Amino acid sequence: MSKDNQILEEFTSKEYEHGWNIDIEADQAPKGLNEDIVRFISAKKEEPEWLLEWRLKAYRAWTKMKEPKWANVGFPEINYQDIIYYSAPKQKAKPKSLNEVDPELLETFKKLGISLEEQKRLTGVAVDAVLDSVSVATTFKDKLAELGIIFCSFSEAVREHPELVKKHLGSVVPISDNYFAALNSAVFSDGSFCYIPKGVRCPMELSTYFRINAANTGQFERTLIVAEEGSYVSYLEGCTAPQRDENQLHAAVVEIYAKKDAEVKYSTVQNWYPGDKDGKGGIYNFVTKRGICAGDNSKISWTQVETGSSITWKYPSCILKGDNSIGEFYSVAVTNNMQQADTGTKMIHIGKNTKSRIVSKGVSAGHSQNSYRGQVKVMKRAEGARNFSQCDSLLMGDKCGAHTFPYIDIENKSAQIEHEATTSKIGEDQIFYCTQRGIDEEKAVALIVNGYCKEVLNQLPMEFAVEAQKLLALTLEGSVG
Amino acid sequence: MSESTKDISLEKEFVDNFKALESRINGASALPVHQIRKEAISAFQKLGVPTTKNEEYKFTDLNKSLRKNFDFTSPSLSGKVNKETINKYFLPEIEANKLVFINGVYSAEYSSIMSPEDQLSVKDFGTASKENEEQLQSYFAKYADYQSDAFIALNTAFAEHGSFIHIPENKVVDKPIALYFFNDAQTEKCYNQPRNLFVVGKNSQAKFIEVFNTIGDFSSFTNIVSEIVVNENAHVDYYKIQNNKDTAFHVGTTQVWQARSSHFSAYTFTLDGAMIRNNLNIASDGEGCETHMYGLYLLHGKTHVDNHTVVDHIKPNSFSNELYKGIMEDQSHGVFNGKVYVRQAAQKTNAFQSNKNILLSDTATINSKPQLEIWADDVKCSHGCTTGQLDEEAMFYLQSRGISKERARVLLLYAFATDVLENIKLEPLKNHLENIISERLHKDF
Repeated sequence: MSKDNQILEEFTSKEYEHGWNIDIEADQAPKGLNEDIVRFISAKKEEPEWLLEWRLKAYRAWTKMKEPKWANVGFPEINYQDIIYYSAPKQKAKPKSLNEVDPELLETFKKLGISLEEQKRLTGVAVDAVLDSVSVATTFKDKLAELGIIFCSFSEAVREHPELVKKHLGSVVPISDNYFAALNSAVFSDGSFCYIPKGVRCPMELSTYFRINAANTGQFERTLIVAEEGSYVSYLEGCTAPQRDENQLHAAVVEIYAKKDAEVKYSTVQNWYPGDKDGKGGIYNFVTKRGICAGDNSKISWTQVETGSSITWKYPSCILKGDNSIGEFYSVAVTNNMQQADTGTKMIHIGKNTKSRIVSKGVSAGHSQNSYRGQVKVMKRAEGARNFSQCDSLLMGDKCGAHTFPYIDIENKSAQIEHEATTSKIGEDQIFYCTQRGIDEEKAVALIVNGYCKEVLNQLPMEFAVEAQKLLALTLEGSVG
Repeated sequence: MSESTKDISLEKEFVDNFKALESRINGASALPVHQIRKEAISAFQKLGVPTTKNEEYKFTDLNKSLRKNFDFTSPSLSGKVNKETINKYFLPEIEANKLVFINGVYSAEYSSIMSPEDQLSVKDFGTASKENEEQLQSYFAKYADYQSDAFIALNTAFAEHGSFIHIPENKVVDKPIALYFFNDAQTEKCYNQPRNLFVVGKNSQAKFIEVFNTIGDFSSFTNIVSEIVVNENAHVDYYKIQNNKDTAFHVGTTQVWQARSSHFSAYTFTLDGAMIRNNLNIASDGEGCETHMYGLYLLHGKTHVDNHTVVDHIKPNSFSNELYKGIMEDQSHGVFNGKVYVRQAAQKTNAFQSNKNILLSDTATINSKPQLEIWADDVKCSHGCTTGQLDEEAMFYLQSRGISKERARVLLLYAFATDVLENIKLEPLKNHLENIISERLHKDF
């Protein structure tokens, strides 16, 4: 090696010479993203070496990638160096009672029919002794533990069940899958981990627990669900109550791994802050959700109700690898004012006799743009694949737009694929029928929209279906007349 | 969206060609047509020949195929095909105005115009660009957007041959206008880029048929653009028939502009070829327009067919209907992309779209993307897309009545194709295609 080369070599491998000198005790990382920040986050969370390596690999992949531009949404360029990638949950001064909470927020709660206790929790009011969330949570946890179900925060899982996490993390959404998934893999803050052992049927909606234990998971959330052979779980994420958040960019990743005969049902209600009437503020929700039906006869079902966020970019997908596996996607996406949504699904048929079903209902009002983007792919060896897709759009007002971009790619002759889509508005005769019977116009619209979305709402767990219905009405408030 | 990776070599060949063209036409370079050509070539340089990274060409790798099969050092304009050969390819039993193009160049010798001159004026594109300068200027390249599509840009840059057909106001041209494009690939590979402009006046009616054939066993490449102007209350039927050799590569753009209360119907039949890309772009730019798009593709061997259609509803109260059907056998590859745009002003639009496919072999592929983009609320729009195989119950029904399995299959496939065929309004053409298709089905499937 010549001297020049040596110098060069030294110089390029110098990275750490000046050491890592951000105080480890600090609660917040400085703005921007580089390898040191990734190390900082990992160190802060006391993660093992392999996870740090994994994060760094993701970070390096991310730096080589470009932000995707194909989605049918427009927003000002995001400066990724102007974001704080780690900050410990802030201890805000908690309001002492509900009287101190923004009355507008309380009004919304009332409309949604959220119980008083829960209202307190959601607004951050210190919960009194009547309902001790910690003890309730522990009761649930004990019950789950008895069955061998692991349900905990992601960091806890990394500490206590590293072998499980290591085995499945990134197995469904690889680190370099897409721009936002890579970003998430590099800097994810926390999330949930759920493991259902062989043959166990989870006795409760995991939402119940989740709602009580809702942790402040931050903007880069990571969820991993592993369902062993023959198990069943229903998981609910999010909450119907409006959630305000300081962070503009949300890039979450959800991975579901379903083994033989397992069934996972994942429901989402998303109601992040959508920005004001002129589209100022609001959350960018860029989520990668994917499940793999790895074993035969397994089933993954996605249900989502998307009403919030100023921009939604989300495609919960199923890889149907096992024979006879089933993938489902039920979606309601409502956009109002200046909101933009580009959402849909991917169904990838690999195994034999795999089935998928897509029902997507879009409602756009105000100046919003609502797109369905989906792919149904049948690979060469997927004998007897079957798909049915339906995506309907409802337009309210002449300033909004509805778009459909379905991709149907078939390589096997035995596949049976059906796709249909319609776009229309609420019929004047329908509204007339209601008003004539003394139902005012706004309620009539809510009624009709709910009927239109019923097929999807029926898929939600009971208590949420009721709230989701009210939520729809609330989102569309003021969009008629 | 359209991010195309530039390809230096192909691009350079075309640009060199363009320089050759410029020095050849010399005196004519002052013509306004040439100014557009210059703009088009620089647009092409920017766009480059699209690769599969371009969303619009995602499944059709023309870049690779063209590079593999052709060198574009100079267009092959002089072809020799004898009269007997040409006669064999004329559509039977159709009394039509026949326009013959050999390697894209209009041949007055082989053509025969039957309709009287006050109904129909036919001119070679080159002649028209000198004689009908003004007329041409008001239509040429106004509709086919050479800034966004590389193949349109390329064709526009080399727009020298082809036809200019003008039908004045209040005329009904009862005899169809059949344009026969022959590629002479008898002694070497050939490529050409014909350019057509059809202008149909107010309240007039006309039927156009474009037929593509290749003579000889070498590869051929055609990049054709036809611009069709359908004025107020005019009725136009447009048929495109591709039953070419499996060495024939084809990129065709049909750009239609419709004025108030006009009717336009397009029929695209693709039966054979190597790699075919059809773009059918329709702007429904007046109230009360009616648009029909029918397509049928029967593919075998390694044929690759990509049908892209766009119907853009700009004004209110219009109607569009689209039906594309395909049967894919062997290692063939079908691509369908149908876009329906309904602009904010286009209230009360009714737009329907349907794409149905049958795959008959495990090595055949279909990529379908029916796409709706709607900005107006008071509309009725729907699309449907199915891919499957023959209905087992129908097969059983026929077999239980003593019809052999093979015959039952053919019968059902034929019925599938008939959905499209029965819409053909030209009776002799319908019979001709029915014959070809039933023969094909008996032989192939």
